[in-house]
Amino acid sequence: MEKKYEFLDHTADAKFRAYGKSLEEAFVNAAAALTGIMFDAEKVEAKTNKSIQVEAGDLKSLLVAFLGEFVYLLDAEGFILKKVVSLTINKKGSGYRLAAVAKGDRYSDKNEVLGDVKAVTYAEMEIKEEKGKCWVQVVVDI
Amino acid sequence: MRLVRTDFTVDQVIEKRTQLLNELFEEVPSGVGKGGITKLSKEELLELLEKGSEWSLERGYGTKEDLETTEEMGRMKSADPKMVSEKALARGKPQLGTLGAGNHFLEIQKVDEIYDEAAAEIFGLEKGKVSVMIHCGSRGLGHQVASDYIEQMEKKYGFSHLPDRELVNAPLNSELGQRYFKAMCAGMNYAFANRQMIVHWVRASFRKVMGTDEGMRQVYDVCHNIAKIEKHNVDGELKTLCVHRKGATRAFGPGHEETPERYRKIGQPVLIPGSMGTASYVLVGTKKAGEISFSSSAHGAGRELSRTAAIRQFRGETVAKELLSQGIEVKAASWKGIAEEAVPSYKDIDEVIKATVNSGIGKVVAKLKPLGVVKG
Repeated sequence: MEKKYEFLDHTADAKFRAYGKSLEEAFVNAAAALTGIMFDAEKVEAKTNKSIQVEAGDLKSLLVAFLGEFVYLLDAEGFILKKVVSLTINKKGSGYRLAAVAKGDRYSDKNEVLGDVKAVTYAEMEIKEEKGKCWVQVVVDI
Repeated sequence: MRLVRTDFTVDQVIEKRTQLLNELFEEVPSGVGKGGITKLSKEELLELLEKGSEWSLERGYGTKEDLETTEEMGRMKSADPKMVSEKALARGKPQLGTLGAGNHFLEIQKVDEIYDEAAAEIFGLEKGKVSVMIHCGSRGLGHQVASDYIEQMEKKYGFSHLPDRELVNAPLNSELGQRYFKAMCAGMNYAFANRQMIVHWVRASFRKVMGTDEGMRQVYDVCHNIAKIEKHNVDGELKTLCVHRKGATRAFGPGHEETPERYRKIGQPVLIPGSMGTASYVLVGTKKAGEISFSSSAHGAGRELSRTAAIRQFRGETVAKELLSQGIEVKAASWKGIAEEAVPSYKDIDEVIKATVNSGIGKVVAKLKPLGVVKG
């Protein structure tokens, strides 16, 4: 199996690169990397669904807004992400619109917190889109 | 960053250390995922964002004396809660009274060395006695404020001319610049109020375990990673500036009107934390800092090793055992958190202090060594 994401060295924060055959898949795997920083995703149950909708002027802002939703949902609603099960990105006007469905659970004491992601940043962000081979690189503030 | 002095001796505290750490761990939750103990309404949160530490004091958290030794008396008057988004409020609501994770901590320390007797006496620090240090900030609310305004500034002022999108900005006196400034000040008030509640629970924990909290007086509370409007001399002319202190903390020299009266003669206390296993330092601001660094100093040791590299190299359990053999007991929400904060992950704090002193922007007053650490 090809790797979905990998963590790279970053002095103060957490940096990862997520891969996919399409941009959509790379975004899905970026969400997996994000939740991997915060929890052991294997142990998180898929009890509730969350639908995510974000819009942005360019792909980088779209990625920041998309991942930012999970940071927000954890703090505000105690929602912990297991995985993103579907995701579409469409052109909308001069920008983009993303719609996704995520599965996860409400936080409880059985979910050990591995790291607290405070914000998704633009630092060292890269999005590479080639036919059949895409990756995104993200640094999150922890 | 907040420091509290106590009358307890090292021996007294070590005897009850495990109990103390357990109590502190219960009283001051990390709050990641599940939030804090306090149930806040939106109206209460808005009031808190306006009033800062005063809000906490009105609800019985801490003493008036705490406010007198807090930067800005714990209340940024420029704060406007209306400038804080619903999203930021939603993140802040459940997190009040929590420590957070990452490099945030609550530490029981030994006053290990005194370098400036006169200043130490004024700060209330005595060799062989115990102090408590609290590091936490505006939590998710502050981060959401930043994310929200980064987005707005990008839309309004663009980013294509910048080497890094994180450097997006707005003129301070523009409508957007002012809105952000007022929201950031509300974030500071959240941090002040939060630390004010935490210091109350720290005292309660000591009262429960040690039988008393007498003598647990706050030395100082000062923010880092913020921007402030201050007057500084530029080429012989007094100018009003916006001083951005990222990775830096304020260090006013003697005689500054914004320094609490009891410290004004000698200068502002400067709190510089090290890593879990090394030391933290208390410095005092200098006149020279006013001349060469806009009254700013380093705000900590700074990381040398990435978190991923630290996790690869260290196991949390081993790190905790090693620290215990050095006389430091750690209680953390996760082992991974301990591994990330392992001593070699940070720059040598002694070198950081040496550089600070050599450049003249701070004078060392005391060295504080950890005895017990609570990590979120």
